[in-house]
Amino acid sequence: MITMEHICKSYKIAKRNAGFGEACKALFHRKYEKIYALNDITFTIKDGEMVGYIGPNGAGKSSTIKILSGILTPDSGNCFVDGRIPYKDRIEHVRQIGVVFGQRSQLWWDVPVIDSFELLKDIYSISSSMYHTNLEELTALLNLGELLRSPVRQLSLGQRMRCEIAASLLHNPKILFLDEPTIGLDAVSKLAVRDFIHKQNQIHKTTVILTTHDMQDIEALTKRIILIGKGKILMDGTLEDIQKGNKNIDETVAELYRTYDI
Amino acid sequence: MQKYLSFFRLRFSMGLQYRTAAFAGVITQFAWGAMGILVYRAFYEVDSTAFPMTFSAVVSYIWMQQAFLAFFTVWMMENEIFDSIINGNISYELCRPIHIYDMWFFRTIANRFSAATLRCFPILVVASFLPKPFGLQPPASLIHFFLFLITLLLGLAVTVSLCILIYSLTFFTISPAGLKILFTSMVEFFSGAVIPLPFFPEKIQKMMELLPFASMQNVALRIYSADMTNRQMFSAVTLQIFWLITLVSCGKKLCSMAEKKVSIQGG
Repeated sequence: MITMEHICKSYKIAKRNAGFGEACKALFHRKYEKIYALNDITFTIKDGEMVGYIGPNGAGKSSTIKILSGILTPDSGNCFVDGRIPYKDRIEHVRQIGVVFGQRSQLWWDVPVIDSFELLKDIYSISSSMYHTNLEELTALLNLGELLRSPVRQLSLGQRMRCEIAASLLHNPKILFLDEPTIGLDAVSKLAVRDFIHKQNQIHKTTVILTTHDMQDIEALTKRIILIGKGKILMDGTLEDIQKGNKNIDETVAELYRTYDI
Repeated sequence: MQKYLSFFRLRFSMGLQYRTAAFAGVITQFAWGAMGILVYRAFYEVDSTAFPMTFSAVVSYIWMQQAFLAFFTVWMMENEIFDSIINGNISYELCRPIHIYDMWFFRTIANRFSAATLRCFPILVVASFLPKPFGLQPPASLIHFFLFLITLLLGLAVTVSLCILIYSLTFFTISPAGLKILFTSMVEFFSGAVIPLPFFPEKIQKMMELLPFASMQNVALRIYSADMTNRQMFSAVTLQIFWLITLVSCGKKLCSMAEKKVSIQGG
């Protein structure tokens, strides 16, 4: 069970205009703007639910994920995940969750993928039997096979992403946060990853929160959608709620963004 | 504990991959050591009584310093850690059930250990076979040797804990460049990396010996060449332990402050 109540988070951003003169001016007098990345966010997600968290660039999706995974501390508001406050009780909390940041890498660059996995086994204190069962299952589902023995630096983006997802699931997390997991994947890998996330939810009852710009991901995976824009929750409903007529999903969402002016 | 040991293992085995770097390192250290020794020889030939250490003690100091360079140089900081703070990859580390400070500690120690393992033996072996005044002398006694090993490890731990202080400060400054320059030059000067501390005027030396920088390479290298009295050795080891505890607790405090205030760079 995930609850977020009136969460606010702001960032201080140094801004200046282009040019050398402006750069010199900023040396002495720096102008900061306060950006409200999250402004009074409230929602609840039940166990075993799959939720799509969508919104335009800079809407606050990743900030929400980072608060939920215990990396960021909000300015105000309450956040509970299974009764724990993620940023206060970080170490206990992160044992139960798996996170994939699509644009970052958690695997060690210089060594074979399997070495990173073995390290994760020790970090999460996964028992040998559980590790081997999970590894076999993940290898089969994500088609890792030969990839495991290659150094990470020599994998393609899609291959690496499949390994990243496997890495986040070795310790049987109850909750999975996926921050744009299908960035840069080819059609086959995308389908494989979607299929896999779906199975994970079905078999292990994993709660999945997915942020993405790929509406096909949302269509394939989630029933519930939370729309965020300019740090506020604008809509919390199902795909059918927003779908009008025969328009395809991308057009529907673009129109939604336009009506909310975000 | 097991997880930190695995960190150590993985880092150590990764470090052993870089054979060419180690070979180049050994050559550099030989050239550097030889140069240093020749400079001192020129001074000692003029008046060997004018110096606080015997020539052979200085020679052993220099060879040991070169052999264990990877333990004690502060410029060998870990760019991967700085990068992870600058570009935000640290967010993955924060998603793991580990303490950032402990992880950094073990990984830095492992890196320095693997670098030193590859580099120290050729230097030690060749330096001990060099003709008399230029060669590495055996330790003064078995006790000196054991104390040398202990203070070597303590010195390594003090050096690493200072490095982590710099890593944690980068959370606040974003760019590590200024901090690196400041700390590197301070450590080089005050730790006895440029010239051994006994060569400084006595009053200044007394003050320098109290600083944390003197608890790095200074103690082990001087104990090896029997440059310290028993009393001096005892207080030096006590100071090492004191600084280790102080630096580690400051670092942990700073690290947890940074974790609370951190804003992940790069979205």
